[in-house]
Amino acid sequence: MTEPLLRAVELTKIVTSGEAPLTILDDVGFSINAGDAVAVVGASGSGKTTLLGLLAGLDQPTRGDVWLDGTALSTLDEDARAALRQRLLGFVFQSFQLLPHLTALENVMLPLELAGAADAASSAKDWLGRVGLAKRTTHYPKQLSGGEQQRVAIARAFAGEPKLLMADEPTGNLDNATGEEVIDLMFRLNREHGTTLLLVTHDASLAGRCARKLSLSAGRLVGDAALVH
Amino acid sequence: MNTVRLAFRMLSRDWRAGELTILIAAMVLAVASIGTVGFFADRVKGALGKQANLLLGADVLISGDRPLPDRFTAEATRRGLTSTPVLRFNSMVRRDDGDAAGTGAVLADVKAVAPRYPLRGTVVLVDAANESGTPARDIPARGVAWPDARLAARLDIKVGDALAVGEATLKVGAIVQQEPEIASGLLAIGPRLLINLDDVPATNLMQPGNRATYRLLVADLSTRGALDPYLTWLQGELTAGQRMENVRDLRPEVRQTLERAEQFLGLSALVAVILAAVAVALAASRYLRRHLDAAAMLRCFGAPRRQALALFVLQFAALGVIASLVGIALALLGQGLLVALLTAVAPADLPPPGLLPAASAFATGVILLFGFALPPLIALANVPPLRVLRRDLPRPKSGGIVAYLLGAAVIALLIAWQAQDAKAGAIMVGGIGGLLVVAAFVAWLLIVLLKRVPQRGGTWRFGLANLRRRPLASSLQIGALALGFMALLLLTVVRGDLMQNWRASIPADAPNHFVLNVLPEQVEGVRKAMQEAEVSTPLYPMVRGRLVEVNGKRLDTAQYADTRSRRLAEREFNLSFASELPKSNRIVAGKWFDGATGPQAGISMEKGIADSLRLKVGDTLTFDIAGTPATAAITSLRKVEWDSFRPNFFTLFAPGVLESMPQTYLGAVRLPDQKAAAWLSALVQDYPNVLAIDVGEILRQVQMIIGQVAKAVEFVFLFTLVGGLLVLQAAIAATQDERRFDAAILRTLGASRAQLSAAQNAEFLVLGALAGTLGSAGATAIGYVLSDRVFNIPFSANPMVWLYGIAGGMIVVTLAGWLGTRGTMRQPPLAVIRQLA
Repeated sequence: MTEPLLRAVELTKIVTSGEAPLTILDDVGFSINAGDAVAVVGASGSGKTTLLGLLAGLDQPTRGDVWLDGTALSTLDEDARAALRQRLLGFVFQSFQLLPHLTALENVMLPLELAGAADAASSAKDWLGRVGLAKRTTHYPKQLSGGEQQRVAIARAFAGEPKLLMADEPTGNLDNATGEEVIDLMFRLNREHGTTLLLVTHDASLAGRCARKLSLSAGRLVGDAALVH
Repeated sequence: MNTVRLAFRMLSRDWRAGELTILIAAMVLAVASIGTVGFFADRVKGALGKQANLLLGADVLISGDRPLPDRFTAEATRRGLTSTPVLRFNSMVRRDDGDAAGTGAVLADVKAVAPRYPLRGTVVLVDAANESGTPARDIPARGVAWPDARLAARLDIKVGDALAVGEATLKVGAIVQQEPEIASGLLAIGPRLLINLDDVPATNLMQPGNRATYRLLVADLSTRGALDPYLTWLQGELTAGQRMENVRDLRPEVRQTLERAEQFLGLSALVAVILAAVAVALAASRYLRRHLDAAAMLRCFGAPRRQALALFVLQFAALGVIASLVGIALALLGQGLLVALLTAVAPADLPPPGLLPAASAFATGVILLFGFALPPLIALANVPPLRVLRRDLPRPKSGGIVAYLLGAAVIALLIAWQAQDAKAGAIMVGGIGGLLVVAAFVAWLLIVLLKRVPQRGGTWRFGLANLRRRPLASSLQIGALALGFMALLLLTVVRGDLMQNWRASIPADAPNHFVLNVLPEQVEGVRKAMQEAEVSTPLYPMVRGRLVEVNGKRLDTAQYADTRSRRLAEREFNLSFASELPKSNRIVAGKWFDGATGPQAGISMEKGIADSLRLKVGDTLTFDIAGTPATAAITSLRKVEWDSFRPNFFTLFAPGVLESMPQTYLGAVRLPDQKAAAWLSALVQDYPNVLAIDVGEILRQVQMIIGQVAKAVEFVFLFTLVGGLLVLQAAIAATQDERRFDAAILRTLGASRAQLSAAQNAEFLVLGALAGTLGSAGATAIGYVLSDRVFNIPFSANPMVWLYGIAGGMIVVTLAGWLGTRGTMRQPPLAVIRQLA
């Protein structure tokens, strides 16, 4: 059996806020294979975003470990985790997280430039074309609509050709129709590139488009269902 | 390599987006102001000093009681300096008309000079056709003598006559109207005679026992900066009986003027730099807040901490280099303008701008940037990447206490480096630092008090709540704003007062002639004559005495390390006595005599000389006055405004001690130019022993220096003005994003635009009023300390400072705040929230 792309082992996150320690994630474990599309669902405050931060190596668990492409994150320091992120991960955020002083093109170029890609500009232009924004390359985020901003973010996430795309409430800041368009785009690119997809959402229709659904409640994994289309 | 390229790309993107404007402007300003003053000091200050050196006839004067060694001349020549010897002695001078008895002989101050004399300034000869005389092109030829007008009048000789000096007979070639060497020996001048050095042997006067002074005039005519190293060398070569003097040593009024000039300039530049530093700090911390997301994204995309840090540091390094270069270019332009401004008044042979000021200005830029920008940069690189998911994570501290210490150290370093005067620098730093602290504290106090005030009216309450909500940030903002207002007030209102007081410190009716050597029995007659002049001072008694003991111990002049102090101690003091404190004197320590008499009432010393000789109130001094000792304790110290051009004394006894000692009187008068000659010749006719010294030339020089420096200071203050505006701008921009966000939230909650404006105006009005009040207080305090402690100029508080400060503060801050947030009111709230969330 091949090693799963992502494996969470007994993940627990406890924060001390005020007097009492607060358990945000409690002994969560699961695996995701390459090519899967997985939705993490749960009510607000159920620990979804914390889980995503831990899986991406942006935060460290109190107990447990995350194995990403065969490497235990706990064995890496922050810089090594960063290098792993650069190699494997792409991100799409609820609030888009475009840098306001960069144009659409420059926002897409940034991770490529960081990775030292020689053809960052042409590659970024190409990706903007694929998300339908070929004519908006020189626009600043504030000149773009919410849907357009999220499409730039998607282009930025895919441009690095990640193995695993992590999306945190990608439709959270968009109206329904725009959200649908963005989701369609994301799934289309995902299919075309064989990317593994990990989606955090409380949007049932979005979760319904994933083959597998992990349900969190009060920090515990309460459901792991394969959905049949 | 990739990191460097990326850093440059990021820099150019930031620049294009306008993220760097304030930061760059502040840096450019700091470098430009340091550079301009540096270039100026390099070029023009030297020229001002040189102008004063006209009074001496040279840049420096070396003198000795015996012939000076040839190596003094040789070394000067080797270093590219110009020098010329002068021999000075007293001799009886007779009219030589064949009659051996003649019309009587006159004791004259004979000066034998060699080619190139004088090195600075010119000898002006009487010219019947031209009232202001003709400049001499050469020195007297061999066999020719040039008496001055007084000697010619006393001997009743004219051009073409012959006169006898010792055994030599010389022909009168011209009459001297004015000599450049007027700075030295004010009190030892008789009528003068200028002869050729080669004629001295023929006089046969240089016999053992004849007291002559051997001098060497030295000047740096090629302006290559060789003088200072030469003087350093000379310092080690001088032996007993040899002295080195420059015009500052000799003329206290010139020294005081030049020192004030340097202080004014240095301070103006310093204020500009400190303001620029504050602006850089504010701008860098805003940059930090606005780039937190970018930093977090970089880390999320996989940039290691090291690379993120390198990216930001490289950007700032490039920024520093570019801003510094622009600043230096501006400084070159600025000092060119400054020189053009000044040389219109007095053409001076200025050296070209040197590299050193450019290098020091450049270093200033780099130090500033890293002192104030490095801590936020390190904080940026340390931002947790998790911030991309969790916006509520606490913002990393911008280096905390270390950052403030580093910043303070950088400012202290800059001041230590740039301040020509440690005391003035300390006052500025203390004043500005103190203001910042006090302002922040008072603001915090007021904000706390605001909580207790019963509050009515929703919008006002909300506006003030904004101030209270972040007491620390508001306090710092008020402090920074107050600093900006203080700078603006200092340089508009207070500076005007200071400069005016400085100009006024040389009264328009300053005496231009001193009358000396008046015998006690002549006092009544001379006083009457003096009353005919435009302005006259009283006649003061003067007794000459040597300081022999301090606190009962023999004075050992070797204890004074610097030659100036040693010389002051070795010289004969001009002592006087008075029952009333003379005009333009004020007591700074101890008590004036106030009616007390006799030795127990003590001595009042001038503060400067007391400091030089390390004397303090309570020390007992013994003077030897023609063999009689006079002992008394110092009971007070006085500050003297030397540039009042009135007779002043280092040492004043109480009445009842010196009256019986041999004494002469001196006073001063102001004579209009056209009446001077007639009045003087009438006086000398009646009282042949009385000396009258024309200090009009010194007066003119001092006034010219003040006029020029006033212009230069106004120019340098322009930088301070820009600095103040920058700080204001940076302080308002610092909280702009937060305000815009708050406003957007309030609008989503249903607040109307009018309500929001009112709330904001309330906040800005209070902010502006507080900052304006504190700024006015700071400007008044610094103005007082500067005039009282540094410039010794009488201080007069200007009530308008408060009006301008408070009203200006309210208007400017409210207007700037309105401009900064105006766009927000029109934008849909969601767009703002998205942009700033």
